[in-house]
Amino acid sequence: MSEDVKRFLDRLSERSANRGPEPSWIAARRQAGAARFEALGFPHRRVEEWKYTDVRNIARGDFVLAKEAEFSPATAATLALPLDAHKLTFVDGIFAPRLSDLADLPDGVQLLPLSQALENNHEAVGGPLGRLTGVDFSPFAALNTAFMEEGAVLRLAPRTVVEKPIVLQFLSRAGEQPVMSHPRILIEAGARSEATVIEHHTGEVAAANFTNLVEEIMLDRGAILTHYKLLESPEQDSHVASMHMELRRDSRFTSFNLCLGGGLVRNDLVSELNGEGAEVIYQGLFHAQGRQHVDNHTLANHNSPRVRSWENYKGILDDRARGVYNSKVVVKRDSSKIVAEQHSANLLLSDRAEIDTKPELEIYNDDVQCAHGATTGQLDEEAVFALRSRGIDEQTARGLLTLAFAGEVMEQVGLDVVAERVELAVAGKLPDRYHLAGLVEAAVALNED
Amino acid sequence: MSTQEMEQLVQREYKDGFVTNIESETLPPGLDENTIAFISNKKGEPEWMLEWRLKAYRQWLKMTPPSWAHLDYPPIDYQAISYFSAPKRPEDRPQSLDEVDPKLLETYEKLGIPLHERAALAGVAVDAVFDSVSVVTTFKAELLEAGVVFCSISEAIRDYPELVKRYLGSVVPQADNYFAALNSAVFTDGSFVYVPEGVVCPMELSTYFRINAENTGQFERTLIICEDRAQVSYLEGCTAPMRDENQLHAAVVELVALEDAYIKYSTVQNWYPGDENGVGGIYNFVTKRGDCRGDRSRISWTQVETGSAITWKYPSCVLRGKDSIGEFYSVAVTNGRQQADTGTKMIHIGEGTRSTIVSKGISAGRAEQAYRGQVKVGPRAKGARNFTQCDSLLIGDQCGAHTFPYMEIGNSTAQVEHEATTSKIGEDQLFYCRARGISEEDAVNMIVNGFCKDVFQELPMEFAVEAEALLNVTLEGAVG
Repeated sequence: MSEDVKRFLDRLSERSANRGPEPSWIAARRQAGAARFEALGFPHRRVEEWKYTDVRNIARGDFVLAKEAEFSPATAATLALPLDAHKLTFVDGIFAPRLSDLADLPDGVQLLPLSQALENNHEAVGGPLGRLTGVDFSPFAALNTAFMEEGAVLRLAPRTVVEKPIVLQFLSRAGEQPVMSHPRILIEAGARSEATVIEHHTGEVAAANFTNLVEEIMLDRGAILTHYKLLESPEQDSHVASMHMELRRDSRFTSFNLCLGGGLVRNDLVSELNGEGAEVIYQGLFHAQGRQHVDNHTLANHNSPRVRSWENYKGILDDRARGVYNSKVVVKRDSSKIVAEQHSANLLLSDRAEIDTKPELEIYNDDVQCAHGATTGQLDEEAVFALRSRGIDEQTARGLLTLAFAGEVMEQVGLDVVAERVELAVAGKLPDRYHLAGLVEAAVALNED
Repeated sequence: MSTQEMEQLVQREYKDGFVTNIESETLPPGLDENTIAFISNKKGEPEWMLEWRLKAYRQWLKMTPPSWAHLDYPPIDYQAISYFSAPKRPEDRPQSLDEVDPKLLETYEKLGIPLHERAALAGVAVDAVFDSVSVVTTFKAELLEAGVVFCSISEAIRDYPELVKRYLGSVVPQADNYFAALNSAVFTDGSFVYVPEGVVCPMELSTYFRINAENTGQFERTLIICEDRAQVSYLEGCTAPMRDENQLHAAVVELVALEDAYIKYSTVQNWYPGDENGVGGIYNFVTKRGDCRGDRSRISWTQVETGSAITWKYPSCVLRGKDSIGEFYSVAVTNGRQQADTGTKMIHIGEGTRSTIVSKGISAGRAEQAYRGQVKVGPRAKGARNFTQCDSLLIGDQCGAHTFPYMEIGNSTAQVEHEATTSKIGEDQLFYCRARGISEEDAVNMIVNGFCKDVFQELPMEFAVEAEALLNVTLEGAVG
C-alpha cells in the first residue's frame, strides 16, 4: 500500500472510530469501498482512462474531513444563484441547515440530506445507494463509497412535476488545512415525473480543497430530468465526480455540464439507456485558464433498441490550461435503430494551452446512425472581418465571437439565471486584450443595427 | 441481408489459397541469439548489422506485447516460429524471368498476376519476394540509369552499407514497439529504395509478397529514402496461400523524405483471413512510419486492407519539416471473423504542416474493426492543419465497427477537424437503385465502391482496378 493510499485510509479509520450507531449494511458497503480503494490505489497516467490527467496533487494532499459547517451568510448570499428554489447546502461536505431551504416541498417530493436518510434508514437509500456506481468504477468511486455519509437524496413520486428548481449547493471554505469531502447524490425520478436539478459548486477564493463526488440518477418510465452542473469552484480546488444515469423507457435526461472553476477537474458521465425511447442529451461547456485542468469523460451505453443520445461539448482554453474531452458511444449487439451524435469544438486562445480530445464510437449493430465531429481551431477570420467592417475593433470582435462560441451551448440553457451567470463568467475570464468593457456596448449596438 | 446469403458468405473459401512446394532451407522453430547470428551469417552481413540485430533482440526480451488494441487473439508462441526460410540456390538467382522457377511463375499465374506481361506492359519493375529472399528483380538496369537504387534490403546492406547505417532504424527505432523490435532482430528481407537528389523515379516500383513455407513468419524490412526534390511511388501487394496454423507477419516500413521530396506508398493487402471460424489466418502486425524530414516534403500512405485474421497497423507520418504534408487514405474490409485495429498517426512538429486522413471501414459477417488514429500538434507547429474523416459501414448485425481518434492539440493556431460516421448501407440508396432496375448485389457493390471512392482515387491506376475487384470479391454474398 502506498503512503498516499495509507494516509487516506488512516483518515477513514479516524472517522469510523467517531461514528455513532448505524444500520449494518452501510458499514459493510463502506468497508467494500475501502478494500477496493486499497487494492486499486490512485490511478496513474498509464491507465487509458487517466491518460491525460495526473491526480498526484490529490494523492499527495493531506486532506482532513471538515467538522462543522460554519459559513458566513453574507458570503453565501453573494455566491448563491439568485433563484427561488428548494435547496440543500453543504459546506465542505457537511450539511448546513441554515443555508438550506426545505420549506414548502410539494407533495411527492422527498428531498433530504443523506446523513438524515441513513440515520432513519430511509427506504430511498438502502436499495439504490451504490446500485449504479459500484466500487469498481474507479478508485475515486471506491474512495467515495468508503467515506460516504453525507450528500443529497431526492425522490420524486410518479407523476410529480416540480415547478421550482432544486438546488444542491456545495461550498468550499478557505482554511489552514485543506479538507476533503465525499458527497453522494442519489436521485430517483418516478414514472412521468419532471424536475430540474442544479448542482452548484462554489466557494471562497482561497480555498484549496478536494471534492470527490458520486452521483446516481435513476429515471423511471417517461421521467424528464434536467440537470445543471455549474462548477465555479475556487481555482485551487480539486474536483473529481462521477455521474451515473439509468434511463428507463421513454425517459429523458439532459445534462448541462458547465465547468468554469476548479484547479483540477475530472467529470465522468455515464448513461445506461435501458428502455426504448430513452434519450440522453449531454451539453457541455468548459472555460479554463491559468493552469486549470478540465477533464470531461462521457459515456452513453445504448443497451436497448430505439434509444438516442446527443452530445455537444465546447471548450475554451487560455494560458497554460489543459482540456480533455473523451466521449464514448457504445451500441450493444441487439440495440438496433440507434441514433447517436457527438459534437465537440474547442478554441485555443494561447499557444501553451492544450486540448486532448477522443470521441470514440464502439458499435456492435449495423442498424445505427452514429456520427461524431470534433474540431479544434481559432475564430473564423471571416467572422472577425465581418464585425470589423461594421466598425468594431479587432479585439472586441474576437471577444464577441468567443462569447458567441460559448453561446451555442448557453442558448440551450432554459434557466436565464444560469445562462446569464455563465455568460458573465465566460466574459470575465476572457483575456484583457479582448476589451471587455467594449463588449456589452458592441453587443447592444449590433442588436440595434 | 438474407440468411442464405449470409451462409454463402461464410462458406466462401479463400480464392487464392494454395501452397507451392519448393524446397526451403528452413530453420527449426525457436528464437535466441544463435538464431539471429544464423540469419545474419546466412545473409553474409557485416558485424555491425549483427550487433544492431542483437541490440534489438535484447530490447525485445524486455518488452511485453501490446494489449491496448481492440483485438482478441491467443498469445503468440514466439519459440514456435521458424525465423528463416529461403528458397534453395540463393547464389544463382535468376537474372531474368526466363530463369525463374516455373513453379513460381505458375504461382503468380494462379494469383492472376502475369508477372512478365505486367512488367512489360505496365512498365513496372517488380522485386518479387518469394518467402524471404528476393528471387527476381527486373528493370534494375533501367532504374540504375536514372540513379535509383531498388534492391532487396540484404543487397543494400552489402552494397550500400553507409546509407543503410545512416537510415535504418532512424524512423522506427529498434525498441519502438514490441513487433518492431522483433522485426529488427530477425528481419530476413524486404526492399530498399534510394532516390537521389532531384530524381523523379521513372516508373512505379512494386513488390509482391508471398508467404510460402509453412510455419514461417515473415519479417520484411523496407527502407525508402528520397533525397531533396526526389519522387517515388511504391506499390506493395500481398496474397498468401491457405494454411492451418496462424502465421505471424511483423513488417517494418521506414520512409524518409528530405526537402521537397515526395513518397507515395500504396498497399493492397490480401493475406489469408482464416476459415469460417477464423482459424489459420495471418496475423499482421506492421509498423509503418514515414518521416518528413525536409521542408515541403510529402508522404502519402494509401492502403486497401482486405485480408489477415488480425491486422494491427498504423502507417504514420512524422511531420518535422516546415510545410510538410502527410496523407493517409485507407479502405479496410473485414469479413468472416477477421479483426482489424488500424489507423494512423500524424505528428505535427514543424510549422505549417498539413495532414489529411480519410479512412473507410467496412465490417461484415462477424468481423470487428477499429479505427485508431492520433493527431498530435506540438507547440511549435504553427498553423498546422488536419482534416480527418473516418466512416464505417456495417453489413450484418453481428459485426462491429469502432472509432478511437486521439487528438492532442497544443498550438492555438492549429486547425484540426475530425468527422466520423457509422451506419449501414442506406435503405433509400438501395431502394433508389433497385427502382431503376439495378440488381441488389450490383447496387450494393456500387454503393460500397462509392463509399470507398475517395481512397481508390488515390491509388495508382493498376492498383485501383485490382482494389475494386478485390473489394467486390471480399464482400461477395455479404451484402443484400
